[in-house]
Amino acid sequence: MLNISLVYGLLGSLLLLVALLTARDQSNPRRFSSALFWLLYGLVFLIGDFLPSALVGVIVIVLALIAGFGGLGQGFAQIDDVKLQASIKRIGKKIFIPALCIPLGTLVGVLLLAKIQGDGWQLIDGKNLTLVSLAIAVIFALAFACWLTRETPVQGVREAKRLLEAMGWAVLLPQLLATLGFLFNDAGVGQAVAALSKDYLSLDSRFAAVTAYAIAMAVFTIIMGNAFAAFPVITAGLGVPLLVLQFGGNPAVVAAIGMFCGYCGTLLTPMAANFNLVPAALLGLKDQHLVIKAQAPTAIILLICNIFLLYFLAF
Amino acid sequence: MNYWPLLGVLVVVLGFIMRFNPVLVVVVAGFISAFAAKIPALNILELLGDGFLKTRTLPVILLLPLAVIGLAERHGLKQQAQQLISTVKGATVGRLLVIYLFCRETTAALGLTSLGGHPQMVRPLLAPMAEALAERNNADLPTTVRDKVKAMAAATDNIGLFFGEDIFVAFGAIILMHTFLRDLNIETDPLHIALWGIPTAIAAFLIHSARLVRFDSYLRAEQQRVSKV
Repeated sequence: MLNISLVYGLLGSLLLLVALLTARDQSNPRRFSSALFWLLYGLVFLIGDFLPSALVGVIVIVLALIAGFGGLGQGFAQIDDVKLQASIKRIGKKIFIPALCIPLGTLVGVLLLAKIQGDGWQLIDGKNLTLVSLAIAVIFALAFACWLTRETPVQGVREAKRLLEAMGWAVLLPQLLATLGFLFNDAGVGQAVAALSKDYLSLDSRFAAVTAYAIAMAVFTIIMGNAFAAFPVITAGLGVPLLVLQFGGNPAVVAAIGMFCGYCGTLLTPMAANFNLVPAALLGLKDQHLVIKAQAPTAIILLICNIFLLYFLAF
Repeated sequence: MNYWPLLGVLVVVLGFIMRFNPVLVVVVAGFISAFAAKIPALNILELLGDGFLKTRTLPVILLLPLAVIGLAERHGLKQQAQQLISTVKGATVGRLLVIYLFCRETTAALGLTSLGGHPQMVRPLLAPMAEALAERNNADLPTTVRDKVKAMAAATDNIGLFFGEDIFVAFGAIILMHTFLRDLNIETDPLHIALWGIPTAIAAFLIHSARLVRFDSYLRAEQQRVSKV
């Protein structure tokens, strides 16, 4: 059975190769600390399951210190213009194929490969269907891209290294923020917020209750970076006791629109790094908050819209 | 009730406002909240390690495609995308992004969330196309405007994804809401939760499309301003 270890193995190996190339890259002013970063990050994927949790915790701190204090350097990577022009002529529009192979291949995996199964076995582990399909699609796309461009897989790793270096510390952030969510949970941050909102919000008008729930969902998502983390806390603290039990709202509407209020918060927060900060790094934007600024008007108008939708549809 | 763990939240908010390095802010905030909750140091390390291992699925979708995208970029992917869009008559940044928003939202609503995304779609294809359209009448577009165009492309992908995927009944969020309400002894039908998401999904499309149309007039004004100088 193909499962998540294939995915981790592939990504871990890629990161180890990047570490090796980085250590040998004399154009990178911080090549050793950068190489150490990619090495440790790769090991978390390859052998993380066999390491004691506390040791992984130490590794996480080392990764954060390297990334946080500018230990990630950038090598010199130039696109060879003569070669590029030759490729544009020779390969033409066929260059779209490997790029589109990834989303379409993932789709084929999700829809078709998942069906391949027998008594007690299946080709792909159903729990991680999308990621395993993505990994398979990437392997095929890479093979095709190498053949099409007449490059070696090592050149592929070099390209991955170039893009990783361009993203820098942003690479680490999504995972670190999700981990922070767990830590906050264990430290009882959620309960403290729920207790505060119960103690200080006494709402007897229906519209005020709806507004408070919608805004609390958005604000708590802004803080946690994830609507899934905010939903249980705010819905148990405000949504169910006030809107459903006190005012008799339809719970399906309260849940559905409440979650969307959270999504408006996701559009506004740097804590949702993989949607907001990583793309800014990936696109090389000067202002790391520019994606959030582009989303803010839509998010705020939609949040107001949600308050009215909730008020009219739930009761 | 111990309110001290909220200090971690304060650290996060202040850290982002004062623009400290986010990676350091997050780690410091985690430790402060955990200390405030009187969790012993060794346990904090274990929680940190466990959390990091559990969330390893997050960067996969971002990092695995990089080798292929990088290779394709070195061999003209961006140039081909720009050339392709330049042959479409009447195309503008706003129109391109409205069409993309529609496709992204409807495919996500059918559960096909992997069809878009920042490393696979926005960086190699959508952002260069939008940039080429913005440049069409004005080759020396200032970097600030150029960045705004790229940011709008990324924003459109996010908005399409968020408000599409949540009306797909088998999506994790729907399951989460259903099981959470069941824990509180409230029975709902997952299909109803998904259907009640549709009005917001439509509102999201209308609001963002209107902004994209206005973005075109902003770009036209910007072009006139630049050409006058």
